Amino acid sequence: MNGPVSRHPGDARAEILERLRAALADRPPVPDVPRAYRRAPEHGVDVVALFASQVADYRATVHRTDPGGVARVISDVLEARGARRVVVPAGMPDAWLRDARVERLTDDPPLASATLDGADAVVTGCALAIAETGTIVLDGGPGQGRRALSLVPDVHLCVVEAGRIVGTVPEAIAALRPVRPLTWISGPSATSDIELNRVEGVHGPRTLHVVIVEETPGA
Amino acid sequence: MTAPDRELQPLAPQPLAPPEPGARGRAGRPFEPIPTYAGTPPFPRAARAALADTRLRANLQRATATIRAKRARAVAERDDWEALRLAGAAIKNEVLHDLPALLVQLERAVTDAGGTVHWARDAAEANAIVTRIVREHGATEVVKVKSMATEEIELNEALAEAGIAAWETDLAELIVQLGHDLPSHILVPAIHRNRAEIREIFRREMALAGRPAPDDLSDEPRELAEAARLHLREKFLRARVAVSGANFAIAETGTIAVVESEGNGRMCLTLPEVLITVMGIEKLLPRWQDLEVFLQLLPRSATAERMNPYTSMWTGVTPGDGPQAFHLVLLDNGRSDVLSDPVGRQALRCIRCSACLNVCPVYERVGGRAYGSVYPGPIGAILTPQLRGIVRHPVDAQTASLPYASSLCGACFEVCPVRIDIPGVLVHLRAQVVRQHPMGPHVPEPDELVLGVASWVMERPRRLSIAERAAGLAGRVVARRGGRIGALRGPWPVSAWFGERDLPAPARESFRAWWRRVGRGGAGSTPSGQERSRQGRAPEDAP
Repeated sequence: MNGPVSRHPGDARAEILERLRAALADRPPVPDVPRAYRRAPEHGVDVVALFASQVADYRATVHRTDPGGVARVISDVLEARGARRVVVPAGMPDAWLRDARVERLTDDPPLASATLDGADAVVTGCALAIAETGTIVLDGGPGQGRRALSLVPDVHLCVVEAGRIVGTVPEAIAALRPVRPLTWISGPSATSDIELNRVEGVHGPRTLHVVIVEETPGA
Repeated sequence: MTAPDRELQPLAPQPLAPPEPGARGRAGRPFEPIPTYAGTPPFPRAARAALADTRLRANLQRATATIRAKRARAVAERDDWEALRLAGAAIKNEVLHDLPALLVQLERAVTDAGGTVHWARDAAEANAIVTRIVREHGATEVVKVKSMATEEIELNEALAEAGIAAWETDLAELIVQLGHDLPSHILVPAIHRNRAEIREIFRREMALAGRPAPDDLSDEPRELAEAARLHLREKFLRARVAVSGANFAIAETGTIAVVESEGNGRMCLTLPEVLITVMGIEKLLPRWQDLEVFLQLLPRSATAERMNPYTSMWTGVTPGDGPQAFHLVLLDNGRSDVLSDPVGRQALRCIRCSACLNVCPVYERVGGRAYGSVYPGPIGAILTPQLRGIVRHPVDAQTASLPYASSLCGACFEVCPVRIDIPGVLVHLRAQVVRQHPMGPHVPEPDELVLGVASWVMERPRRLSIAERAAGLAGRVVARRGGRIGALRGPWPVSAWFGERDLPAPARESFRAWWRRVGRGGAGSTPSGQERSRQGRAPEDAP
């Protein structure tokens, strides 16, 4: 059991920094960054409709409803998927799961990974969503839980309130702070590793349902 | 590779070929000649072998044509693409030109957030750090997220020597690992394998590494992916240590970002108790805001998507969520040499999207392995020679041949999301090669080449088994053309290695001359390399 042995004694940190300073002996200027790219969505874009179409384009299933209809949509989706054991992160509004007749798995005390692996589905909210790219962002806030909860179960149902949808990636970055871990999700798990054929579902949830909640739902 | 090759007897490690007498590095450091990846011969010869493999060519051409068209559509959606490229290039120049201060800033931010930062001058030092951490936690296996940096330092082999199994979890890397193979593309490492081959590899090898493939496994991509899901899930659930690379590290906040598609990355970054991230020192971004540029440039350039399915970002350790120990290994391994060349340093802007591979007419025909490096294609042709120290000292013949592995058509620059002038750097490096090898840079002395390559190949079983197949392939080509130079004589292990094998005659002409001749002479109607490359541009690059 011989491990690899470094050939150099001494302080690697000091030596690397010294090498880098020497390499920059020509003192190249530190440039200003031109940021002429677009920060806001294109004029007149309906970000909720754009988000819905982009999410659907990446083969997530999109549902649009009003606040009173959320519980019914969630219940219908879980029933259609045959989900009986459902992970429910702390801080989720009680009303969302009012109609669902399922066994609720809560994470207090923390669920073992094997238990998560045996769950049928997870329901979460989100921190925000991005219209142009069809992305939902989880930051571990209320109704989202730690990262493993939204990863191990095979079905992820994510509720996106319309007010959380921003237009662009720059708007999302400006609204987020990386103090807690962030997970950006754009459609279900996918691979194109076999002859570049897209296959949905490898290790993350193979099925993603996105429920968009707005006062006056669009088509 | 996690298990020693069962068919080969272990061989005693052989010393590397000695450096030229009196050769010293620029900073007074002695250099060691760096052997080539799996004993790959210089590019013209490796390319000839690859060209003779018609299945490889068919797989590659279909794959690169598909992804070129997809990328063009994804990029055309953005009317501000050029503005994003300009911002991306400027941010990366800022990183390179201010690298020492930004690294120190990153170190402080990661440490403040509960992580531990390590510095590694070279591959051996990085491997030793990772091995030590894994042992300190009493683990005998790790799960891995696809990472070019750990491929570069051959971490899996180093861990195997220390008795630690490293399980690749990206589907393509799993195919490569189970097939005892080498990657051929930065992003789609098993691009050279078709579905029937993958089915055979899974049926033969999965049982030896863990949960077997189902008996009735077909070659449907969906079924193959399902087999990988089941095979790897038990490993994710039990692994205590994970190893990843990093796509980006934010100096301002200490945040690391990993971009992926399958969810294997999320598994590795979330479930184990300990996370070790190995990143090249150039992977930095100064500010959190800079991600807004790169999270638009990278997915469209890499997988031709508006956004990849999953991106994970974490800052140090978060109580109650994910690994409770986080180690960040900052890797130099030749990058400071690259930085010292004012022309060549722009290669360090690379974000490993692989767009340049997919548009390159040379790559499309010869595939990744002919480049003899973990970094193939146009970016590899400029990055590899620099990482191997071409700025400081003469390099081996295979490395010296890489700047010639191009027709200088310019398609790579046009698709590069950070505007690396790859043709310009190629020409710059050619001049360097000519200065160092005035007698003809890409025509190696056979004995010199054989000694250096063979001794390196013998060091590790995986290299040997792969090199054997490569040599067999080359041998067949030579036999067909009648150009054999027969068995080489030499001391063991050279005699053992080449005693029963043909060695193709070294190229006597430049790559470009060879390409023009072979291209015209092929089917009669095949255009020359330069003509073909203009036709082969991605649609959005057409005038």
